[in-house]
Amino acid sequence: MVFLGGQVLPGNVGRAILGPFADQRAVDALNHSLGVDRPLLVQYGSWIWNFLHGDMGTSYVFRAPVAPFVVDALGNSMKLALVAFVLVVPIGILGGVIAALNFNRPLDRIISLGGLSVTVLPEFVTGIILILIFGVWLRWLPIAAAWPKGAGFFTQLYYLILPSLPLFLVLFGYIARMARSGMIEALDSDYTRTAVLKGLPWRTVIWRHVLRNALLPTITVIATQTGYLIGGLVVIETLFRYQGIGSLIFTAARGKDFPMLEAGILTIGIVYAVATLIADFLYSVLNPRIRLGAEQ
Amino acid sequence: MTEPGQAANALELKDLSVAYRVGRRNRAVLRNVNLTIKAGEAYGLVGESGCGKSTVALSVVRYLPRNGSITGGSIALDGKDVMKLDAEALRRARADSVSMVYQDPGKALNPSLRIGRQLTEIFELTGVTGQAAQDKALAMLNRVRISDPASVMQRYPHQLSGGMQQRVAIAMALANDPSMLILDEPTTGLDATVEAEVLDLIGQLRRELSASILFISHNLAVVSNMCDRVGVLYAGMLVEEGSTKDVFNDPRHPYTVALLRCLPRGGQRKDQGRLDTIPGFLPGIGATIAGCAFADRCALATERCRAEPPPLYELGDGRLSRCHYHDKAQSLPRATPAEIAAAAPKQAPPVLQVEGLNKTYASHGRPLRAVKDVSVSLRPGETLGLVGESGSGKTTFARLLLGLIAPDDGGSIELEGKQLAPRLASRSEDQVKAVQIVFQNPDSALNRSHSIRHILSRALKRLGGLSGKTLDTRLEELVRSVRLTDRHLAVKPRQLSGGLKQRVAIARAFAGDPRIVVCDEPTSALDVSVQAAILNLLADLQSRQDVSYIFISHDLGVVRYLSDKIAVLYLGRIMEFGPSEAVFSGPHHPYTEALLSAVPKLDRTESLRIRLDGEIPSAANPPTGCVFHTRCPRKIGAICETQEPELTEVQPGHTIRCHIPYAELAKLQKPKTMETA
Ligand SMILES: Nc1ncnc2c1ncn2[C@@H]1O[C@H](COP(=O)(O)OP(=O)(O)OP(=O)(O)O)[C@@H](O)[C@H]1O
Ligand code: SF4
Ligand code: SF4
Ligand SMILES: [Mg+2]
Repeated sequence: MVFLGGQVLPGNVGRAILGPFADQRAVDALNHSLGVDRPLLVQYGSWIWNFLHGDMGTSYVFRAPVAPFVVDALGNSMKLALVAFVLVVPIGILGGVIAALNFNRPLDRIISLGGLSVTVLPEFVTGIILILIFGVWLRWLPIAAAWPKGAGFFTQLYYLILPSLPLFLVLFGYIARMARSGMIEALDSDYTRTAVLKGLPWRTVIWRHVLRNALLPTITVIATQTGYLIGGLVVIETLFRYQGIGSLIFTAARGKDFPMLEAGILTIGIVYAVATLIADFLYSVLNPRIRLGAEQ
Repeated sequence: MTEPGQAANALELKDLSVAYRVGRRNRAVLRNVNLTIKAGEAYGLVGESGCGKSTVALSVVRYLPRNGSITGGSIALDGKDVMKLDAEALRRARADSVSMVYQDPGKALNPSLRIGRQLTEIFELTGVTGQAAQDKALAMLNRVRISDPASVMQRYPHQLSGGMQQRVAIAMALANDPSMLILDEPTTGLDATVEAEVLDLIGQLRRELSASILFISHNLAVVSNMCDRVGVLYAGMLVEEGSTKDVFNDPRHPYTVALLRCLPRGGQRKDQGRLDTIPGFLPGIGATIAGCAFADRCALATERCRAEPPPLYELGDGRLSRCHYHDKAQSLPRATPAEIAAAAPKQAPPVLQVEGLNKTYASHGRPLRAVKDVSVSLRPGETLGLVGESGSGKTTFARLLLGLIAPDDGGSIELEGKQLAPRLASRSEDQVKAVQIVFQNPDSALNRSHSIRHILSRALKRLGGLSGKTLDTRLEELVRSVRLTDRHLAVKPRQLSGGLKQRVAIARAFAGDPRIVVCDEPTSALDVSVQAAILNLLADLQSRQDVSYIFISHDLGVVRYLSDKIAVLYLGRIMEFGPSEAVFSGPHHPYTEALLSAVPKLDRTESLRIRLDGEIPSAANPPTGCVFHTRCPRKIGAICETQEPELTEVQPGHTIRCHIPYAELAKLQKPKTMETA
């Protein structure tokens, strides 16, 4: 599984870590530092072996085992990602569905164009704009994500809203677009025609016949977006000074703390692989053609 | 709305006009269509692809595509104006009084809901829920005579065969006991025997139900068996209408006359003359039509036809014809001369000799014998027709010949006396050239990003080994031989109609002077007029080049027209093999008999029909003894279940695999003269 996780990472590791919109120089630098350090195959193998046994190596900078750092950071990142996800998945799907139901009408145009434009803006741009609006100008939300020690669930949530918004915006466009095209295809399908001509009420047609078939492909996309989400974390966590896996990797790369860096990357790879597996699993559970194909 | 004492017409279209918006312009698709279907009546609507049949159907249920709109006229269902209904009233009309079944049942059913659920939701609309709805759904499935309805309720659409899916779709359409049932090509794309079963079902249901039917089909024979009256649609206009018998036996519009002449009828064969065709094309949608819409393709057209649009002339007995010269319609000159030079009887040695060919697939660990012990031989210039239901092994056999799959060890394929290697890769270049194929769907066979010239030049280079000047001359010849012109060379496949694309596919197959061309349902996706032209082309090429065909089609009339020999396959075995005439006119194998009686006939002489009950057994688990015994209407007893009959020669060159002796078969089959449409 770990090995698989390592393999899943795309070829350009730096790009994967820093996200699709990171500065090319940063990516090059990260790639370079990784490439220079890459140990011989044998060393690499033994390092993997140790990793498998829970020993992620020792940090150069902190002179302490890497594992606790990584675990903590991962926990924090998961919280941030989860908040972003919980916000973006329902809202993104809803946006796409509403757009499709209003195909080619003003509402559709607004959602589609709006989604597209926030998607193409890099996280750090939206991040800064959001900080300026909500943190500095309106002062509604704290601009640093690190909450006070011992803060409760709601306080943590409160601190996480602003950092999760840039991630939300990037993903919203993708998910809404996917949901929209899935919906349009399902609405145009013969089985929807059958349902309408049965005389079913419109709501039943949508809920029972259209949505399920329409959202199947969207689920796959959401899973692949997990990759982007994790990539986006580096920028966001740095920007909001948040102790997550992204800022851990960033700091490690800057400080040439290779064991830390490698452990961080491998962890991300694992998370990505697990997310993909879960998506595949969900897809096959929801799609009777795949679920029952094996029985026949 | 309804006058007292007079039943409302089930459907009444008055001056219905519909347009599709394309490129910011509304383009007329239906032009002032008037059509009335009386209560309990079955009305057939026929016409070439694209003439607007489906548009009529979709207008009636108010489900036109997004860019479609009704631009004039009115539609009344049971006397109620459909266009004046608000959303809720329209929904209720759909729930209560009108239902529709269309082509491709696989897509019409929701892939992620169980069949049971898709049925019960209809009853829930009327307030019947829970177990009661389940019971009603089950009763509905019983009514469409589906096997094992209880288990079908639990299944998803993809777990059903095409025929079963269409039965389910019909059950759903009938669940609300509609007064108007619209069937838009309900059997197109289904296997011939499945088609016959579904049509039988619709026929039986018709007698049980009171529903009026609008039956849309491009298959004239099917319509003639199903419908009381028929309307012929051309370019969005009704051009002829009348009782089915009148229209098909005594057509009064040149278009109807021409359509009927395109079909190989009454056992017509290629050596008795070519089929007639209809030159030219249907006017595109939105075209401005000054005079008669058919004038460009009509051999009777005069000045008057081009200037003055013909009205729908009333000819009495409810007959209508939109032709100035309706009384002369049947004197329409042929578009294609029938004469052909009589082919000399062939005595050449066989070009193809197949001995003991087997192909076994592994299916879930069990052997599946897709082709079992097949032997055939074919002479130059002859056509071997392969006949059988889906799954009988026709396509596997074709692929074995082409070397796309390797047969089991032991059998042999000889081409012009020389052993043919099992795999394409190990065949010599000449051998590869010698065996070519034409598919049902030319789209998938032609590279869409290349021009026709590119496609054909490449084939000439690869198969003919030509280049430079010789290539150009040969290209020109090839293009002319399939009756394309230079104009077609520059375009890409998608700019051509289905029939033209099929010509390109044929030209490509002929680029390397093949000895054998496998034609796998080459005309199934085409209109009858185009089909006739393609069949003529194949026959011409054959008589000129002495090429042999392996011809696969579910349309037995078409097979009969083109074939010299017939092999009837069932579960991978040859059940009957012999000269085309002997096989078709009989006495024949009980399976052949059943296949032939399943063919819908144009002349409505309902012969005693033999029905094939039940599903085709799985080839992975074939019945013991005679593999046909589970469905054989002539089964004679235990011997059929225990002992597989030998393929016995009953006449010179004619073999049958059945325990019933030939003389006995002759006696049994005598009373009903079999004839295909
Ligand atoms: N949504 C659409 N937009 C534009 N043109 C369309 C649309 N739907 C159909 N057409 C065109 O309108 C004409 C009539 O189409 P229609 O589907 O009613 O024909 P049909 O007689 O049912 O043909 P077929 O036998 O192929 O089903 C055709 O030329 C078709 O290409
Ligand atoms: S009106 Fe003229 S062109 Fe039209 S079908 Fe009749 S004869 Fe032919
Ligand atoms: S052998 Fe028996 S079961 Fe088989 S075709 Fe002949 S009669 Fe029918
Ligand atoms: Mg149609």
